[in-house]
Amino acid sequence: MVIETKDLTFKFDTTMVVNSLSLQVPEGSIYGFLGPNGAGKTTTIKLLLSLLEVQQGSIEIFGLNLQQHRTTILSKIGSLIEQPAIYAHLTGRENLINRAIQLRLPQARVAMMLDLVKLTSAADKKSGNYSLGMKQRLGIALAMISDPELLILDEPTNGLDPNGIIEMRELLINLVTNHGKTVFLSSHLLAEVERMATHVGIINYGELRFQGEIKDLRDISRPKIIIETDHTADAANLLKKNGHEILEVENDHLSINYQSKKGTAQVNLLLNQNDHEVYSIYKDQKDLEQLFLEITQNPRKQ
Amino acid sequence: MRNFISSLQSEYYKSRKTLNFWAAILLPVILCSIVCLGFFVMADKFEKMDGKAIWGLFSGAVLSFMGNLLLPLLVIFLANSVNSLEHKADTWKTLFSLPVSKWTIYAAKYFYVFLLLFVSILLFALFTIGYGNLLGGIAPNLKFHDYQMKGLLLASYFKLFLSCLGILSIQFLLSLIWSDFLKPMGIGFLLFIIGSVINSISWHYAFLMPYSQPAISIKTMVANPNVKGDLPINIFTGEILMSIIISTVVFFAGYYVVKRTRIE
Repeated sequence: MVIETKDLTFKFDTTMVVNSLSLQVPEGSIYGFLGPNGAGKTTTIKLLLSLLEVQQGSIEIFGLNLQQHRTTILSKIGSLIEQPAIYAHLTGRENLINRAIQLRLPQARVAMMLDLVKLTSAADKKSGNYSLGMKQRLGIALAMISDPELLILDEPTNGLDPNGIIEMRELLINLVTNHGKTVFLSSHLLAEVERMATHVGIINYGELRFQGEIKDLRDISRPKIIIETDHTADAANLLKKNGHEILEVENDHLSINYQSKKGTAQVNLLLNQNDHEVYSIYKDQKDLEQLFLEITQNPRKQ
Repeated sequence: MRNFISSLQSEYYKSRKTLNFWAAILLPVILCSIVCLGFFVMADKFEKMDGKAIWGLFSGAVLSFMGNLLLPLLVIFLANSVNSLEHKADTWKTLFSLPVSKWTIYAAKYFYVFLLLFVSILLFALFTIGYGNLLGGIAPNLKFHDYQMKGLLLASYFKLFLSCLGILSIQFLLSLIWSDFLKPMGIGFLLFIIGSVINSISWHYAFLMPYSQPAISIKTMVANPNVKGDLPINIFTGEILMSIIISTVVFFAGYYVVKRTRIE
């Protein structure tokens, strides 16, 4: 694992912001850290970057404890936290040169980064006059100038236009696929993360509500058949004997996996032939967005 | 050490286009030029003075103005400028997520202001010496060439530099704590006024007050002005030692503040 936190907990005064968070970010992944605004994403990122001190739990990055190996770990990380922090009185190029000076990097990296984020033509304009999207791109360039192994990006597509979002997505996918980097990015937009992430963690009220590969999340949202019948337990037994996997049995309904329209008709026929009264039978499928909302809109656990 | 030097270079790179940086460079040029012009225009008024007296009057005009007013205000301004740059751009979070220790970042920032102030005062010294010699050349009736006090002037300015280190550390700390530029500046001005009042009533313990120390250092500059030959300069007087002690203590206290700073 590139990032591994164990029971990470952080409070601002008495308010619990991050609660027993155990993240697992594999090497070579794009990990989408999802959650609504105020869920604890930025605080988690600040903990990962050692901007806030760990109060409880532990953080290991590249297999090293963050508190004990802060400088070694940070030398392999590029980050963008909230809105890009740039010196408005300097040009885009000067902002990058300044970072290159701080990190003792060759000046050739500056031109490469400007080219990468398509800011070469605006490189000598004062960055204070940049649009939000240009500032965001400069922020990405600043994060990547040291060619880090791990990129930690907080809402990186904020302020980007649709083209910019697509370019950013392609850039991150390229970095992971062709350059072996790992990307940890936070967002409150599932649709954006879904298109590029290989792994997802969903946080709400500081607690991790889901973590796994993106396909695991899709599996949860697989379609199912909801059947309302007179004796749900008997109907469930009958279906099980006939090779159907039972997902849930309630007093008034049961559910099984959806196969096809024809399959649904056969289930209906089977129940009718065995004297079960079917009051309703229908396909139910939550899309990822709905699932995300369901996960993130659940009230705080007491 | 390499991180410290690159952080220092970065501080210069970031601030080289700001008003604060140029204030430190241009102020000596402007002030010394004005005094020089005044002496040149009113040359006939000073032509009866001997070399030692005219050098004393010429350098005293700059030194006393600096010690009593300009220098404390310049220090307040410079100390705030380096940190306000980060507050304004919201770059503390970026700085502290770089693979550089907080100590290095803090020390480099402090040392940069320290150097900037040193350069500014050195320029004051060089321009005072340079303009004095220039006046001696273009207005031979002014007897600047009869006497040389390079060493004395350098020592005097060095003493003035040491006298404002206490203010430097305090203002640097205040500007770390408050992101609002006006608070540290306002407190600095208030303390400067209190320091001036304390100094004007010649309070016995005024030397303990950092904001009084530059003005006191001017008063204690020459041990005995009536001595024949070179004037003896007293560098390490009570207020200078206090300035160095306060500066050191507050510098380390400032690091403690940085170490405990939460980037929220």
